[in-house]
Amino acid sequence: MYAFEFHRASDIDDALKQLGADDEAQLIAGGQTLLQSLRQRLAMPSTLVDLGGLTELAGIERDGDALNIGAMTRHADVAGAAAVHDAIPALAVLAGGIGDAQVRNMGTLGGSIANNDPAADYPAGLVGLGATVVTTEREIAADDFFTGMFETALGEHELILGVRFPVPRRAGYVKFPQPASRYVLVSVMVAETDEGVRVAVSGAGPCVFRVPEMERALAADFRPEALDGIRVDPGGLNEDLHATPEYRAHLVGVIARRAVAAALS
Amino acid sequence: MNVSLTVNGQAVTRDVDPRTTLVELLRNHLSLTGTHVGCDTGQCGACTVHLDGRAVKACSVLAGQAQGAQVTTIEGLADGGLHPMQSAFRECHGLQCGFCTPGMVMAAVDLVKRHPDPDEATIRDGLEGNYCRCTGYHNIVRAVRRAAEQM
Amino acid sequence: MSDSSIGQPVHRREDERFLRGQGRYTDDIHLPGEAHAYFLRSPHAHARIRGIGTAAAAQADGVVAVLTGEDLAADGVGGLPCGWQITDVDGNPMKEPAHPPLAQGKVRYVGDAVAVVIAESYWQAKDASELIEVDYEPLEAVASAARALTDGAPRVHDEFDDNCCYVWEIGEGGEVDAAFDSAAHTVSVDITNNRLIPNAIEPRAAIAQYTPGEERYTLYTTSQNPHVTRLLMSAFVLQIPEHKLRVVAPDVGGGFGSKIFHYAEEAVLTWASRRVARPVRWTAERSESFTTDAHGRDHVTRAEMALDGDGHFQAMRVRTTANMGAYLSTFAPSVPTILYATLLAGQYRTPKIHCRVTAAFTHTTPVDAYRGAGRPEATYVVERLVDACGRALGIDQAEIRRRNFIPKDAFPYQTPVALNYDVGDYEATLDAAMEMADVAGFEQRRAEARSRGRYRGIGYSTYIEACGLAPSNIAGALGARAGLYEAGEVRLHPTGKVTVFTGSHSHGQGHETTFAQVVSDRLGIGIEDVEIVHGDTDRVPFGMGTYGSRSLAVGGTAIMRALDKVIDKSRKIAAHMLEVDAADVEYDDHGTFRVAGTDRTLSMPEIAFSAYVPHNYPLETLEPGLDEMAFYDPTNFTYPAGSHICEVEVDPETGRVEIVNFTAVDDFGNVINPMIVEGQVHGGLAQGIGQALLEACVYDDASGQLVTGTYMDYTMPRADDLPSFRVDTRNTPCTHNPLGVKGCGEAGAIGAPPAVVNAVIDALGPLGVHDIGMPLTPVRVWQAIQQAGGSRAA
Repeated sequence: MYAFEFHRASDIDDALKQLGADDEAQLIAGGQTLLQSLRQRLAMPSTLVDLGGLTELAGIERDGDALNIGAMTRHADVAGAAAVHDAIPALAVLAGGIGDAQVRNMGTLGGSIANNDPAADYPAGLVGLGATVVTTEREIAADDFFTGMFETALGEHELILGVRFPVPRRAGYVKFPQPASRYVLVSVMVAETDEGVRVAVSGAGPCVFRVPEMERALAADFRPEALDGIRVDPGGLNEDLHATPEYRAHLVGVIARRAVAAALS
Repeated sequence: MNVSLTVNGQAVTRDVDPRTTLVELLRNHLSLTGTHVGCDTGQCGACTVHLDGRAVKACSVLAGQAQGAQVTTIEGLADGGLHPMQSAFRECHGLQCGFCTPGMVMAAVDLVKRHPDPDEATIRDGLEGNYCRCTGYHNIVRAVRRAAEQM
Repeated sequence: MSDSSIGQPVHRREDERFLRGQGRYTDDIHLPGEAHAYFLRSPHAHARIRGIGTAAAAQADGVVAVLTGEDLAADGVGGLPCGWQITDVDGNPMKEPAHPPLAQGKVRYVGDAVAVVIAESYWQAKDASELIEVDYEPLEAVASAARALTDGAPRVHDEFDDNCCYVWEIGEGGEVDAAFDSAAHTVSVDITNNRLIPNAIEPRAAIAQYTPGEERYTLYTTSQNPHVTRLLMSAFVLQIPEHKLRVVAPDVGGGFGSKIFHYAEEAVLTWASRRVARPVRWTAERSESFTTDAHGRDHVTRAEMALDGDGHFQAMRVRTTANMGAYLSTFAPSVPTILYATLLAGQYRTPKIHCRVTAAFTHTTPVDAYRGAGRPEATYVVERLVDACGRALGIDQAEIRRRNFIPKDAFPYQTPVALNYDVGDYEATLDAAMEMADVAGFEQRRAEARSRGRYRGIGYSTYIEACGLAPSNIAGALGARAGLYEAGEVRLHPTGKVTVFTGSHSHGQGHETTFAQVVSDRLGIGIEDVEIVHGDTDRVPFGMGTYGSRSLAVGGTAIMRALDKVIDKSRKIAAHMLEVDAADVEYDDHGTFRVAGTDRTLSMPEIAFSAYVPHNYPLETLEPGLDEMAFYDPTNFTYPAGSHICEVEVDPETGRVEIVNFTAVDDFGNVINPMIVEGQVHGGLAQGIGQALLEACVYDDASGQLVTGTYMDYTMPRADDLPSFRVDTRNTPCTHNPLGVKGCGEAGAIGAPPAVVNAVIDALGPLGVHDIGMPLTPVRVWQAIQQAGGSRAA
């Protein structure tokens, strides 16, 4: 790690003030990704503004047809919450499969989506469920929030307060992990909502994406078989040691069918 | 910067460089060398301790993030005798070189807290965040199962 | 004490300290006034160093010294030696490049150390390292052995004409060729044995201290053999006399071979500790472990079998290219030769075998022994080839093995590749494994899996290994520059307590328990009163260390020899105390001396006490004290063998392989502590399965960059990658050591890979898949299915 200052924010205003005072300051939520970047000397913040004390940002609440989850809610709490199991069991499955038990005990929803790692689980979850990101400045639809690899619509001095997940009629999430890191190789969230069917894919491309052809097919017939024959173009998909673009494209189909089956089970 | 926290029941305050991780605080400033470091990317789990009652990787937490927290390390797991998890690891030969063991035991205690009656798949899945290169996990799984029966 | 603990699953005595966090590993040790070292390493696989600017770094906060290869050379520090010399087919010695601990003139792999910064804190050292200006001229690199051997490949060492370290062969090539010409069938396989990174969970670490008043050095280091490290440093690298250098390997967090070797950091820290007049410490970051711990395996092989019309093996021909990396690590040349080609007979009566090995230098981390060391590579060749023979000839996999096994009444059996197997019963382990694995019910399970869309397969591996390394005369004839004996000392204290000093080193193997069982049993003294000391050159007389499944077979035998001496002397003392002739004193082998035909007895503690209060001894003929030591050099290797059966299910849509059952029935000779032996098997199996399904060290051939340089890309086996194992033994005692033991530490890593791969091939046969290279990752399995043209998974 390079040297930095550490400031534990006392409240949201304090965090924003610290962030505004120093262009090189960076927020730290759970730190499960950031710490590794720091240790590898891949990140060089001047100050870390720790959100760990902001308990007001942690919590899960059912609000009518939506589930509100605070930005500082740990993955383990999302995975274990009765409210999540009742409303969106697929979201509990997603949170329960992030990293490992220790990572889930520290890592947060806000930290994960602000980082927008192409191999993270939550982006598919938010986009697939048609969620809305609530910040200190505005509300951003998930479709507009994730803008590119490690990039989001967040402004420099904008802080995520939480995410509002509309409760779907049914949803399924399946992850095929990268064998070494256990990050997402390909994962798919499929949801049938009042507004229609959504299919969102993490891991396969540089950023989460939806598959309209699958959404149309499932809107007509919400069964795994409805996806047979739909091919995803490998062009532009990620290539690394663990998967070729062709394999990732193939897996999108396989995992999407399994996500539909999970939604139906 | 000053960090104050409670470690194994004792209140401690140390003046540390802000980039000090929790595991460095424990090992280098508090001489609690039972918590080990096996990697620099947060995978191996050798550094697992309990932070406010939950298993975390102490290499992936800054000392500053633990401000005011309750930390339990392998040294503080049991009063006097061995914790049932420690005993089970011994009885089931769930350790060989011993390097991953403290982290494994701390992770396993957390696992059984969350899953009081875990089956084999739950145990294997729950220990995903801890590498062991010696045992092939076979006897670790047996040990966790046995400890769960006794905890 | 009446009940022997031999053969009992005695709980380990070392466990309590590990379970309480009271182990003492190298990084746990702190010395007053210590400084911290950070090694600046090459980001290039191959580059000329035009200059190193250290001035800015030397001025940085907290920096004590910045040292480079030039400083080492100026102080006359030598290169890291290689302990094994291979003589090539033309009778010439292998090419043996200089191996400076800090690079001089050139860097030859990513991770090659260029400079060391010593500072008050680790961060200061690391920060300052970024101020070192290394003027690199990057050069073309080559990572693959095959390409390194082609004309025009970038040369790793300028002093040699090419990258070929040696070409070595064993067996009669002409006879083998003739057998192939007249064979009814020939079968061949092309095999890559994937490079692995050992990944002991404890990273390497060292702390060196120089004490001026005594002119003495102490080095704490993560070593499997501290005496060997001392010997190499004393005789070759630093020329520090042995009596002025203490090497301590305290608790060591796993080795698997990677901590056998003498590494650059050990020499540099020891040298630097005197130069800066401070203790100097260093612990590898995991990323350094990836680039600097000696790697394992990395063979490419074509193997052929000639068979008669009935499926009997007639001859075997093997051509292997072995990647040695950029330099020769301590025992590297032995791995693809004596530890590999001599095992190609396997458990079979193949009468003629010829193997040629070409070893190549590449711009990669040096390769050396990793759990099994050569024997896994041999077993993979043999068992994949046998599997292919069975498939080609339509002979059941168990049957083709039985048809070619060396029968149990044929021992001692001389193989055509130098080894003389003393004993074994291969049918017995295969029978037991097949019963345990419920082979009879397999086809039903296969059909059931198919109904769930899964392809199920079963694979066999009937392996042999040569362990208990090694008879020094045989090893010497094959190039060893060291003996491979072991030393043991047994000291009885006046109160009847015992301290045992062994040159074997325990880093997970449980010697503190197993060795104590052996001593306790022989002396009739409780295990709790026997302490095992290892890992300190100041305390243990000598030692060659722990590797090659040798600890009990060689180290344990040395202790047995020392015990013999203790008992001989005790008999004399007893004779004196009982006032009889020594010839009339009988020993019951468990602690009691008796005057023959009487009830007059003495216990070992009574004798020990007497030995230290010799008021009435005839001192001309009977020395006081009871402390004996012995060296033991084995007369033969030991030959553990066994049958492993793996059952897998493959998801054809994703290519994911799941191991649903793994059965291992081994012959380890006598077993002292079955609990520990089973644990060793489990761990070996995990590493073998890891090699087969998960682990691969991958370099980019053109750039020489390590692609799998962290745990984000190098797949370590986790708990949920593995099943619970079914293990058992069918033992035939070793005939040439007093304990009858053979060794068990490497069996799993040796036997498992072909069993797993053969099972996947069996599963995917219906889809037309006949070969997949390790590791069988989902993407590779899926691609193999695609290429075979099978399945709706397309």
